[in-house]
Amino acid sequence: MSRFLGSSITRKITMALLGLFLILFLPVHLGINFLLLKSDPEPFNKAAHFMATFWLVKGFEVLLLASFLLHIFYGILLQIQNWLARGKQYKITNYSQTSFFSKFMIWTGLIIFIFLIIHFMNFYFIKIGWVQGDPENFYGVAHQLFNIPAYIILYVFSFLILGFHLAHAFWSAFQTLGWNTAGLSPVFKVLGILYAILIPLGFTLIPLIIYFS
Amino acid sequence: MDFKLKIWRQKNTTAKGRFETYNISGISPDASFLEMLDILNDQLIEEGGDPVAFDSDCREGICGMCSLYINGRPHGPDHGITVCQMHMRNFKDGEMITIEPWRAKPFPIIKDLMVDRGAFDKIIQAGGYISVNTGGVPDANAIPIRKENADLAMDAAACIGCGACVAACKNASAMLFVSASVSHFTLLPQGRVEAKERVKAMVAKMDELGFGNCSNTGACEAECPKEIKLTNIARLNREFYKAHVS
Amino acid sequence: MVTLNSKVPEGPIAEKWTNYKAHQKLVSPNNKRKLDIIVVGTGLAGASAAASLGELGFNVKIFCYQDSPRRAHSIAAQGGINAAKNYQNDGDSIYRLFYDTVKGGDYRSREANVYRLAEVSNNIIDQCVAQGVPFAREYGGLLTNRSFGGALVSRTFYARGQTGQQLLLGAYGALERQIAKGTVTLYNRREMEDLVVVDGKARGIIVRNLITGKLERHFGHAVVLATGGYGNVYFLSTNAMGSNVSAAWQAYKKGAYFANPAYVQIHPTCIPVHGDYQSKLTLMSESLRNDGRIWVPRKKEDAEKIRKGELKANDIPDEDRDYYLERRYPAFGNLVPRDVASRAAKERCDAGYGVGPTGLAVFLDFKDAIERLGKDVIEARYGNLFQMYEKIVDDNPYETPMMIYPAIHYTMGGLWVDYELMTSIPGLYAIGEVNFSDHGANRLGASALMQGLADGYFVLPYTIQNYLADEIGTPRMSTDLPEFREAEENVQERLSKLMGIKGQHAIDKYYKELGHIMWDHVGMSRNEQGLKEGIEMIRRIRDEFWHKIRIPLTLNELNTELEKADRVADFLELAELMALDALNRKESAGGHYREEYQTEEGEALRNDDEYMYVAAWEYKGPDKPPELHKEPLKFEYIKVQTRSYK
Repeated sequence: MSRFLGSSITRKITMALLGLFLILFLPVHLGINFLLLKSDPEPFNKAAHFMATFWLVKGFEVLLLASFLLHIFYGILLQIQNWLARGKQYKITNYSQTSFFSKFMIWTGLIIFIFLIIHFMNFYFIKIGWVQGDPENFYGVAHQLFNIPAYIILYVFSFLILGFHLAHAFWSAFQTLGWNTAGLSPVFKVLGILYAILIPLGFTLIPLIIYFS
Repeated sequence: MDFKLKIWRQKNTTAKGRFETYNISGISPDASFLEMLDILNDQLIEEGGDPVAFDSDCREGICGMCSLYINGRPHGPDHGITVCQMHMRNFKDGEMITIEPWRAKPFPIIKDLMVDRGAFDKIIQAGGYISVNTGGVPDANAIPIRKENADLAMDAAACIGCGACVAACKNASAMLFVSASVSHFTLLPQGRVEAKERVKAMVAKMDELGFGNCSNTGACEAECPKEIKLTNIARLNREFYKAHVS
Repeated sequence: MVTLNSKVPEGPIAEKWTNYKAHQKLVSPNNKRKLDIIVVGTGLAGASAAASLGELGFNVKIFCYQDSPRRAHSIAAQGGINAAKNYQNDGDSIYRLFYDTVKGGDYRSREANVYRLAEVSNNIIDQCVAQGVPFAREYGGLLTNRSFGGALVSRTFYARGQTGQQLLLGAYGALERQIAKGTVTLYNRREMEDLVVVDGKARGIIVRNLITGKLERHFGHAVVLATGGYGNVYFLSTNAMGSNVSAAWQAYKKGAYFANPAYVQIHPTCIPVHGDYQSKLTLMSESLRNDGRIWVPRKKEDAEKIRKGELKANDIPDEDRDYYLERRYPAFGNLVPRDVASRAAKERCDAGYGVGPTGLAVFLDFKDAIERLGKDVIEARYGNLFQMYEKIVDDNPYETPMMIYPAIHYTMGGLWVDYELMTSIPGLYAIGEVNFSDHGANRLGASALMQGLADGYFVLPYTIQNYLADEIGTPRMSTDLPEFREAEENVQERLSKLMGIKGQHAIDKYYKELGHIMWDHVGMSRNEQGLKEGIEMIRRIRDEFWHKIRIPLTLNELNTELEKADRVADFLELAELMALDALNRKESAGGHYREEYQTEEGEALRNDDEYMYVAAWEYKGPDKPPELHKEPLKFEYIKVQTRSYK
């Protein structure tokens, strides 16, 4: 059993499963965010309230948080192993044709992690009482933030980076899970790229529309 | 053609290495890369210097002995070939060419551009075969094999064990090498019998030897002189959890 | 002259091997692990033998000069492996494979050995399939075959253009399995420097660790050489850079007879030589002759224009092309044996019809095959070969014909062995290309892989027990014995002498010159005067070599120039023996073609009355001529005829 749990492939499969779980969560979050575009704050706040109080969602929330942390932990652990495996670096860095975004997963991942901390400070920490604010009016908090140009730039940048991360992550997860065959691999690749464009695009359009309208 | 060569020189495994620069001229564009190095070495000997140590044997792209990292790419700038099959017409006249050894923890440098790839043999020892003794086997046509599977097995079995996949991978992962062997045997009915034991043992050995983790970047596939596909790695992952879960 | 005892068993030819096995001595399981066997070389023969002996329970040590056993040059064999399976229902049988091989060898091989080879050929295919060798298959899931030169049936099994690789990886896998189990110990990056003989029996070897430069002594109750051929004596050949004769040559100097050194195979379909910096020649598989048609221009002026680059191959209309193999040999056409095809190409080029910048090339054309079968079929059959050709020559063979020319490829000669594959030194065996036995004066395509695996999997593991059964009382010997010490000292002295030359030239200078001498004087066609001149030139170049080379660095470290010098020193001695053997054999047979002995049509003319024997040479000392021993060849089951492929 330890040969299974300790194996590099098991760790990677864990990474992939957690990643896919997070990928599934993104459209849910985006769906709720679209409610911010309504002039009436009620639907968004209601949705946020529901998400914050319904027991099933709360359970889900713990799972989600654990997934984030484990995904980040494994990501860093595997990366350190990978650096050690090379030993001395090449003088000329590799020019091989590769999936471009795959080279920067650790860095895009860390940037997303930093954004997450800011994001948590703005919302989640209010909810659990670590930061002052009205947990019943996230609509207001959001609209406030989306009127600060610096915040919008940070927000858009972060989602751009998320797009980069997803561009490799989506297909890569299916590769690690062993679903890629000669026929399916291109399908996952295209789906992954579409996903990596559409989801961040959705997220970034919301503050831009709010700011410019 | 004339070239400026920047070559990694290292006396032995423990010595500290450094780059040396050499000029070479009058090279035919039809000369192979290794022939160019032969000329350099003969020149160095005639001048009283020490020749550059590099591995090569068959010089037709099949033994897997040659292993040079040229201008940032294992086996140099062309696709689907080993460095012994690459000709100088792939370079520009006067170009600066940087030649490094394969770099990976499990491949220690022996001297200059030679590395020890014994780790690959160890992975094969862990299970890269079908456990049959000589004699007492059924007739060759006793078990029909789907042509498609036989062909896919051959695609994977074409691996020459050169280590370019490890050298190219930013993580120095050996997954393409292991997956080629696992795929080859898994796709054949003869090899399915011990498929579980094989994949478990080979992956464990690969991890133990200190190769990095696969992050699906695809550099291995891009540099493999035999163009072995990433789908083999997907198959390896599949076989791995199938072996452990079922 | 001593009589060579080939130890061929009594009885009808089809029963000899069965009878032998039924009556030979065997070693009991508990005694097997007390016996050490040294195997040198990890190609098809060496790897398969070591794996099989390990499986039986012997304690095996295997040596190779490469970094891994998987790199041995068997890996480069492209086309395929013969077997008398008759899966195609085209009339094949063990007898027919036997017959074709003896005829292909121009009646200069030992009948009983060849029959045994044909007999075990089918077991090889079964064994390899069980190991997972991905041979080509039909859609129905069964194995498919292709045809090769010198046969009227399709009996060649293949794995794309990488059959040697797949077979070797099968044997390598079996070997690695035994290494993991501890029955076989691998010593890689070791060069065999000498054979140790104790009380007249082979008892060990001296090797040089190529990484540290240290000499090591190893004991074995028996020693098996599986070190391949000596084609690299020509400098340019299809052999790997490291392929060498040194192990066999040291055995020869310790008393093993060297048989038929003049028999070398010139392969007709290689990529032509293009410059003097070239380090090796690349073979294009003989299987290409299944669908390719070989031709030169019919008119000399066309050939000249092609050489100058004024005309392209495709500009020559069909009626102005001379498909000379189809013209001369209508029955076999482009699929005549290698020696015949090579000589025919040389004949056309010498007559002024050659193409390519040097005039030393002929066309191999796939136009008709592509028209008949479509590009896809041709690509499926030869795709990787075409790609390889294009990478080297920078020309697309789907559009313009390939250019090919003969090159040194295989050596039929080698250490003399008896039916049990034992050399004239008791306890020293030679298997695979390093022995002389099965191919006579010419080897048929796809037979080398067959022989290597036959020897390693199915012959040696039996016959060696007949010897070892009497050795169970011999305890493992200490390598401090004077015989080991002396052998090591001799090696040390030889290597020190090489290091001490301190001239100024790189070894390649003399090695290349030796290659030219051999190609011009002991090459595809030979004559008395040329051979005599050749011997003089070889002696001169040997002398220069021993005075003018410079080896950098020291003995006790990785020293690639020293490795090369060590090998070339042996080639320089072997070269003379080859010329001597060629001079002695006043006939033309297979790969050995003496211009003085040809028919009116220019075909090889044998002299069965005087030369139907194996010429086994015994070393007599550094400055003495070797002594010739003759093993007469008897053909009881085949009628000896003039070899005709017309």
